[in-house]
Amino acid sequence: MQMNRRSVLGVFGGAATVAAIGLPVGLANATPEDTMAKIKEFAGDKEPQTGGKLTLNTPEIAENGNSVPVGVSVESAMEGDDMVEEIMILAEGNPNPDVVTFKFSELSGEAIAETRMRLAKTQDVVAVARMTNGDIHMAKAPVKVTIGGCGG
Amino acid sequence: MTKKVILAASVLALFSSPVMLTKATADPADATLTIDGKEMTVKTAAPEGHPFDTLYSGWLYREPETRALEEDSFENPGMFGVEQGAELWSVVEGTAGKSCESCHAEPEVDMKGVGASFPKWDADAKRPINIELQIDKCREENMGAEPYKFDAAEQKALTAFIKHQSLGMPVKLDLSQGELQTWWDRGKELYYTRTGQLNLSCSNCHEDHNGQMIRADHLSQGQVNGFPTYRLKQSKLISLHNRFRGCVRDTRAEIPKAFSDDLMALETYVTWRGTGLSVETPAVRQ
Amino acid sequence: MASKPRVKLPKSASAGEIITIKTLISHEMESGQRKDKNGEVIPRQIINKFTVTFNDKTVFEADIEPAISSNPYFEFAVKVPESGTFKFTWVDDDGSVYETEEAIEVA
Repeated sequence: MQMNRRSVLGVFGGAATVAAIGLPVGLANATPEDTMAKIKEFAGDKEPQTGGKLTLNTPEIAENGNSVPVGVSVESAMEGDDMVEEIMILAEGNPNPDVVTFKFSELSGEAIAETRMRLAKTQDVVAVARMTNGDIHMAKAPVKVTIGGCGG
Repeated sequence: MTKKVILAASVLALFSSPVMLTKATADPADATLTIDGKEMTVKTAAPEGHPFDTLYSGWLYREPETRALEEDSFENPGMFGVEQGAELWSVVEGTAGKSCESCHAEPEVDMKGVGASFPKWDADAKRPINIELQIDKCREENMGAEPYKFDAAEQKALTAFIKHQSLGMPVKLDLSQGELQTWWDRGKELYYTRTGQLNLSCSNCHEDHNGQMIRADHLSQGQVNGFPTYRLKQSKLISLHNRFRGCVRDTRAEIPKAFSDDLMALETYVTWRGTGLSVETPAVRQ
Repeated sequence: MASKPRVKLPKSASAGEIITIKTLISHEMESGQRKDKNGEVIPRQIINKFTVTFNDKTVFEADIEPAISSNPYFEFAVKVPESGTFKFTWVDDDGSVYETEEAIEVA
């Protein structure tokens, strides 16, 4: 049945992309451990702080996992020691947790960025920011991904 | 079951409607849609003889982040198709050495209203004609070019470009043309005919149960005023007949060919069901 | 595979003003996670790097992974010290580079 449906889908042009992210092939999804390892690599010896300095904006429910808006921002002066160097976004339930890393500069003025990402399933999205003084800030947000409606 | 209830509840919360946690239903959003400074009619009184009192654009059934994408024509990825259509407009093809532009020099003027008034009656073919078929007719008769294959990127781009020239204009068919009324009747019959292994008609979902959840999807009225539509699922422009075929496939019925008599009749009828809603092409849906 | 980057920013700003820039580029962002109808894995082809410079100085960058959606969208802020030109560069896995420029006037 699954086979049948799949091959039927394949025949009709637009539907071929149905597997976009919902059905990753031959690869297991990432684990929270993979995500932890990525954070450690990014943070070095520093312990990530979760005090709310880093804001992570995601929808509570994503209507389609193919395009989920995500925004990050950090309150900072964006100069000298009080500046954001990089913000990394990770999706721990994807085949690979990496999503994007934003790199800022003194000309950023404000450490803020937005993009759209793919989420394979309901999961936690994590953002980690590294400051010029070495501090690491972290935020996490759960996103429910609704898969399995109708809608051809 | 638990999942369904949670979903329904969250959706309800988002739409800030009277919360009934036990029922998987959600009203269309109470929102207004403005694109490039033009206010769209996303909610309007139904025409005479319509089964609904009020017509709602499918935009109102979507989540805020999907709605936001359509609101901003810069962010709407469907606009890439419109831009491609604008470029194709002046591309010379065929034995006559012509492009669309050779006859229609100012598409912004010449094509305004076109997307709001098709399907029309094609007296030569003695059947309804939609934008895609009109493009093909021009290509064959005036340009000496091959018709497009169904759902060729160029076909979708040109259709989107033409319909976009009517952005914000109300959908209005002239059923007095030729035998268009007869085809409307045929389309209506198809709309209410159960089909496929799941034994579903268009009306079962889009008339009887719109506003309710079909698994994770919020069922709309099935309006077609935004096609070709940028669908996040395929991440590209999806034509109306592709969508029709997808729906029929989901009922597990034999799928009619694009532009077949059945689907032209259905397009005529379903377009009428959206009378008064704005052309939203390219709409953005999930 | 990609074409026509779109960039949106104000035409002018006051010195030191922080402006918002939006960018969108048409690209499939083939993740390398999908199969075609014959069951063959479709090879990865994405835009892997986005760079913004102002008067030749790098102001914003993004290292991009396959989890970024088709038709990648980025929105970010820049503090504009003087009149000048922004240059936006997207790099494709296949080595293609897509570029566009926008000038801004500081009054």
